Amino acid sequence: MTVKDIIEKLDLQCLNEANLDAEVTGAYASDLLSDVMGNARSGQVWITLQTHKNVTAIASLRDLPAVIIVRGGVPDDDMLEHARDEDVCILVSQDATFQVCGKLYEILK
Amino acid sequence: MHYSFDIERGNFADAGQASSSVKRLLKQLGVAPPNIKRTVVALFEAEINAIAHAYGGKIDVDIDDGKIVMVVADQGPGIPNLDLAMQEGWSTASPQVREMGYGAGMGLPNIRKNTDELKIDTEVGVGTTVTMTVYFA
Repeated sequence: MTVKDIIEKLDLQCLNEANLDAEVTGAYASDLLSDVMGNARSGQVWITLQTHKNVTAIASLRDLPAVIIVRGGVPDDDMLEHARDEDVCILVSQDATFQVCGKLYEILK
Repeated sequence: MHYSFDIERGNFADAGQASSSVKRLLKQLGVAPPNIKRTVVALFEAEINAIAHAYGGKIDVDIDDGKIVMVVADQGPGIPNLDLAMQEGWSTASPQVREMGYGAGMGLPNIRKNTDELKIDTEVGVGTTVTMTVYFA
């Protein structure tokens, strides 16, 4: 399953086309940044409602190919700019975390 | 090899720059991915702690064949009770910092888990110096 497949299957809005062909190995859902820093695994997609620049810093440091922002959240301008620099794909879902997790679990399990 | 980075109080926008530079360097040096991961987790957490709690500081990084030593030294309030601070879930972060998704009391435990040696020198009202070593072997 690639980032591109997930965009299509979950009907996500893609804000910067990075890592579209990256293989997604799983997902990690958390809004606590140190939780993600310490426990996410490389190749996972990060599901969160956080929309600031440190999200892309952590995604890049931990080799997470994409971030899904839930509930139609709007990322800060400097987050998007940083995502372009660091090659992190920023995706937006209109669903809440629970629904995004459920849908992703179905296609990744 | 020696590298230095400055830490500015409250400058969350630039958080992770030092960790990101160090990650690039270690990749170029061919360090194994699990050791790069441990290094960046620890350094990022220490960087965030200094930004969130202190009034400014400096990061010094020394890399040789077998290890990386990272010293994050800040001028700040210090840590009155280090045992408490090392406990998972304990935090003194401000509401603003918590809103960003920090302040869950996971920073220092993350550092401890991901380093081979950890030394914290702290003096209330003066500052804190965190020395972290990761061995590559």
